[in-house]
Amino acid sequence: MPRWGMVIDLDRCTACQACVVACQVENNVAPSNPGMAASGREISWLRLVPFQGGEHGTRPELRLVPLPCMHCERPPCVRVCPVGATGTDREGLVGQIYPRCIGCRYCTTACPYTVRHFNWDRPKWPGPMEQGLSPDVSVRPRGVVEKCTFCHHRLQRAKDQARAEGRPLREADYVPACVETCPAEAMAFGDLDDPRSAVARLSESPRAFRLLEELGTQPKVIYLSKGEWGGEI
Amino acid sequence: MERSDVDLDERLLRPIERTGRAFWIGCGILIAIGAWGLFAWITQLRRGLAVTGLNVPVYWGLYITNFVFFIGISHAGTLISAILRLAHAEWRRSITRAAEVITVLVLFFGMGCVILDLGRPDRVLNVLKHGNFTSPLLWDVASVATYLMASTIYLYLPLIPDIAILRDRLPKRRWFYRPLALGWTGSPHQRRLLDRAIAAMAVIVIPIAVSVHTVVSWVFAMTVQPMWHSTIFGPYFVVGAIFSGIGAILIAMAIIRKAYHLENYLKPVHFNNLGLLLLVMALLWFYFTFAEFLTTYYGGEPTHMVVFLSKTEGKFSPFFWTMIVSCFVIPFGLLCNKRTRGTIWGPVVASVSVELGMWLERFLIVVPSLSNPRLPLTAASYSPSWVEWSLLAGFIATFILLYVLFTKLFPIVSIWEIREGRERSVSEVTERVQSYLPALAEAGK
Repeated sequence: MPRWGMVIDLDRCTACQACVVACQVENNVAPSNPGMAASGREISWLRLVPFQGGEHGTRPELRLVPLPCMHCERPPCVRVCPVGATGTDREGLVGQIYPRCIGCRYCTTACPYTVRHFNWDRPKWPGPMEQGLSPDVSVRPRGVVEKCTFCHHRLQRAKDQARAEGRPLREADYVPACVETCPAEAMAFGDLDDPRSAVARLSESPRAFRLLEELGTQPKVIYLSKGEWGGEI
Repeated sequence: MERSDVDLDERLLRPIERTGRAFWIGCGILIAIGAWGLFAWITQLRRGLAVTGLNVPVYWGLYITNFVFFIGISHAGTLISAILRLAHAEWRRSITRAAEVITVLVLFFGMGCVILDLGRPDRVLNVLKHGNFTSPLLWDVASVATYLMASTIYLYLPLIPDIAILRDRLPKRRWFYRPLALGWTGSPHQRRLLDRAIAAMAVIVIPIAVSVHTVVSWVFAMTVQPMWHSTIFGPYFVVGAIFSGIGAILIAMAIIRKAYHLENYLKPVHFNNLGLLLLVMALLWFYFTFAEFLTTYYGGEPTHMVVFLSKTEGKFSPFFWTMIVSCFVIPFGLLCNKRTRGTIWGPVVASVSVELGMWLERFLIVVPSLSNPRLPLTAASYSPSWVEWSLLAGFIATFILLYVLFTKLFPIVSIWEIREGRERSVSEVTERVQSYLPALAEAGK
């Protein structure tokens, strides 16, 4: 069974936000508006978070870090859900069952990465955008929690395709939209348990680190960065 | 014989038999506030949680604060009354019921707060259908439901003899009281059964009550969030709950005493004794708060310190220091001094201050931790919307309304227990005290 993971090379990332836009379109996340931004209610499964780099007084540096769901091995969100509306599947993806979620937002408060989002209002798309919604991803109703799924609908599609062609699933068959889009090729995706995969190799890199590793959540998103900054987050 | 006994406590039945204009005016005001809360709730149902002030990352706000606060108040009744009963504290007789009713009623509002907080209240039954027992929220559901059942039984049992009195006195309302009285005649057999049932419930209810607020605290403490992930949260919450609970009883007692002229039943000694209990809880509360904050400060973990500083000197500091003053300084000052404690107003003012302070404490637990997430997000600040405030007002008004209606249907001071106190306890207590002192028993020979 594969264990899907992502590697984000911060030394390559240009913070262009192409991944953010790709994610938004791929997953039917409604665009934000000034009202949502002002009240701090934007939904964005993948966003750029500003980290202060450099030592104080020496060379201040602002680094923008793409932040998707970490798909933790030990996700703090899954345990606390009172109705089992979120869980880890056999391949390590942390998913959300929208029709079961009661919207208590316990998972959003328990997640130390704040990557879970709540639908404060009905999602709205301006005019023609509504016709461009992806049929593979359900549109979430008001009042439920949603999150990055590593585009698991793509995994389903890839599995169907492989089955139809009577062949095993190849690693390149399944890539989330953000990784596919990244123009700087700063993101990699694949099976962390497959020693031949790029992600497995990169996760062994001396530049590799995980966010808030000390909490024991064991994230499956691995960042790469050289220098002191990387280890300090 | 029976009749003259009841006549002696005529005053306790008067609120049920006669209703003045003040009652209707009071009810009118409370219904109006309740209706306003209902309007706010309908607004929220129609437009979703967008009408609140909640945001990312402050996913929880006033509703969860109120949930913890109301469940805390619920510790008033059952726990205090059970402890006093088991301790044979004779002065309890006229206050136990007033306390127990608070528990049963306020629990509904505590649970109501959680439902208000749901994004999909229509799916609330999923907690039964798909219950996930690793979630502390489900522990809450189980424990609060058990507590509600146990404290309802515990309220009802000592009511039975009083309902029988009403059944016999008010022929017009016989249809109501007769089935509730369960054929009570006051025979020695029935009495023995009732005494045993009450004693058993008093024991059962204590661990349940302790579990309730412990589990409420675990909703927070089981996460890894800064200043939530604390081992002392269980007992800290229980102490805070009893603290605010005693305050609630004192306020209720003062109002009942004034409105129904029960000066002979709710005497300064009751206020003094409960005031002493409140003082003990104020000291315990301060001890826990001090321990909690000192540990965090001394450890100095950066993510914890951010929350710590936002409470002590940052954005939340006005609330924090108000909390310290109203949970500790004011009650300590008023209740330490025998001259203020021995009055009615002293303990009552202390109680009002404690309620305010304890509400702030709950708010300061929920909001600052969420306002300071571990990752540097652009955080919006949380200020509750009119809907959230209106629902709080509506809940409080409806709670008071139901409490008042209860006093119109059942005696708020237990008649038979007062009578029992007069008839039996005086001699019982004398005997008990004598039994402590062998010398006295010998001297009698």
